[in-house]
Amino acid sequence: MKLSLPLLTAVLASLLAAVSLSASAADPKPVVESLRHADIKAEVNEGDIYKYEKDREPIPREYVQQPPLIPHTIANYNITKEFNKCMDCHSWTRYKETGATKVSLTHFKDRDGKELSNISPRRYFCTQCHVPQTNAKPLVGNTFKRAQGLN
Amino acid sequence: MTSADNKDKQSLYKRLLARVMAIGPLTVVGLFVAGILFWGGFNTAMEWTNREQFCISCHEMKDNVYQEYRNTIHYSNRSGVRATCPDCHVPKEWVPKIIRKIQASNEVLHKILGSIDTPEKFNAKRLELAEHEWARMKRTDSRECRNCHNFEYFDYAEQGRRSARMHQEGLNGGKTCIDCHKGIAHHLPAVEQSIGAEKNGAAPEIFHPPVEKPEGAAAQAPAKSEEGEKQEK
Ligand code: HEC
Ligand code: HEC
Ligand code: HEC
Ligand code: HEC
Ligand code: HEC
Ligand code: HEC
Repeated sequence: MKLSLPLLTAVLASLLAAVSLSASAADPKPVVESLRHADIKAEVNEGDIYKYEKDREPIPREYVQQPPLIPHTIANYNITKEFNKCMDCHSWTRYKETGATKVSLTHFKDRDGKELSNISPRRYFCTQCHVPQTNAKPLVGNTFKRAQGLN
Repeated sequence: MTSADNKDKQSLYKRLLARVMAIGPLTVVGLFVAGILFWGGFNTAMEWTNREQFCISCHEMKDNVYQEYRNTIHYSNRSGVRATCPDCHVPKEWVPKIIRKIQASNEVLHKILGSIDTPEKFNAKRLELAEHEWARMKRTDSRECRNCHNFEYFDYAEQGRRSARMHQEGLNGGKTCIDCHKGIAHHLPAVEQSIGAEKNGAAPEIFHPPVEKPEGAAAQAPAKSEEGEKQEK
């Protein structure tokens, strides 16, 4: 049997169309898995899988400009526009009573280099730079060494 | 002596009988039953209104404070022992409980008035409501907290460094739980921390009330040193 080229193309085209049509009918939505491996509307509580380490004395720094690690739990410490829990212990008016390290003067400078009378807006969200410690294992190996001047 | 006693008793009995006959024996029995029903019903109502489900039956309570409380240790923790709304807000002892319940009927009035029926109205009034609670807990030496937490049995070896230090210093120095643990179950209203523009929030002396000591000088001292601190920077 011999098929003419135009006929062959027509048959192929209609076959292709049928296949793609049926595929789109059976599966209207593309299946994309979210990064948290759950349906977009599902509630996944991953907040508590790691445990905070027990409170301890300040942790030695690894390099000079390092924001010191937080040596205590911060469970339920809210930083809202109404109230900054961290500053309830770390501010210059509170540190004596609470025994906390007072925020350093570097935190009082705004981005134009002006000295303010309290922490600058860019230092309001402490946990942008300071992180608490949990029992999480490092995801990848690394060869980080502490800065020479601090050895 | 005994005969006089007997005479007294007899006359009392006679008088009582006369009373009962005057009112009618049935009425007396009726009153008695009504009394039982009243007390039973009253106590049942008290119990019924002392449940979390009752508190959050008003959206004013459910949409704001309840949602925040759901993220805290008193809602869910490793041992599953919970503190519900009435545990912290309604006294356990009978007389204070009745008084608190009567005060709380004010909430029904404000429910009808719609005083806090939108998030905006709630936030506008939040500081005032919080200050009522702080004052109440301060007055009772945080009685409701202490119903569950007995600081005499705090194991300082088990507690964190910061807790152990602050508890020994603070509790010996005459402080009470609410002096340090504000915002334990809900988000806080605006609190004045002198960061940026003024917020019209809780003043420092309300948020961290100075300890009242008989010798006023001691209470003044820390305030003075704070002044010095400000000058320093
Ligand atoms: C209840 C009081 C309290 C609160 C609230 C608090 N801290 Fe602390 N913090 C301390 C104390 C006390 C220390 C000192 C550690 C010690 O000696 O136990 C400390 C230490 C630190 C240190 C280490 C300082 C150094 O010298 O290395 C950092 C960083 C820190 N806190 C950040 C934070 C942040 C960020 C928050 C808010 C999320 C916060 N803290 C909330 C009391 C507090
Ligand atoms: C932009 C990043 C950043 C933010 C935001 C920030 N810090 Fe820091 N913090 C640092 C760095 C970097 C250091 C170490 C160098 C220094 O002292 O400035 C530091 C130091 C500290 C220290 C130790 C001071 C000392 O004398 O050793 C404390 C305490 C501290 N920060 C608390 C806070 C608190 C509380 C907040 C939130 C109100 C905060 N920081 C916000 C970066 C940050
Ligand atoms: C009828 C609806 C309703 C119910 C039920 C209700 N509340 Fe409220 N609650 C309100 C309203 C409205 C206010 C605001 C009162 C005001 O504006 O002064 C309020 C205020 C409060 C306050 C602040 C009190 C103060 O002194 O200012 C507390 C605490 C509180 N409620 C706790 C509870 C608890 C605990 C329960 C359950 C036992 C409960 N509420 C049940 C409507 C309700
Ligand atoms: C019905 C009993 C009950 C009442 C009332 C109660 N608590 Fe608690 N509290 C608990 C339980 C249970 C825990 C959790 C213990 C655990 O599993 O670690 C807890 C935990 C705490 C913690 C530890 C928080 C943390 O992050 O580890 C603090 C602080 C606290 N309560 C303060 C208070 C204060 C302040 C009050 C009064 C306003 C109060 N509690 C009223 C039962 C209660
Ligand atoms: C002088 C201030 C102060 C007073 C008064 C105070 N606390 Fe605390 N408490 C703290 C601090 C600071 C922490 C640790 C930091 C945090 O959790 O915010 C703490 C932590 C706790 C914890 C968790 C302990 C741990 O290490 O796991 C409990 C429970 C607690 N407090 C209950 C109470 C109770 C109940 C009272 C009243 C009898 C009370 N506190 C009075 C300051 C105080
Ligand atoms: C662990 C104790 C505790 C529990 C449990 C608790 N509260 Fe509170 N509540 C407080 C304290 C303390 C305040 C005073 C304000 C503050 O410090 O956050 C308060 C304040 C309030 C206020 C005044 C507005 C505000 O946010 O300050 C309302 C209304 C209220 N609580 C309702 C509730 C309701 C409803 C529940 C149950 C869903 C509940 N509370 C559970 C301790 C508790």
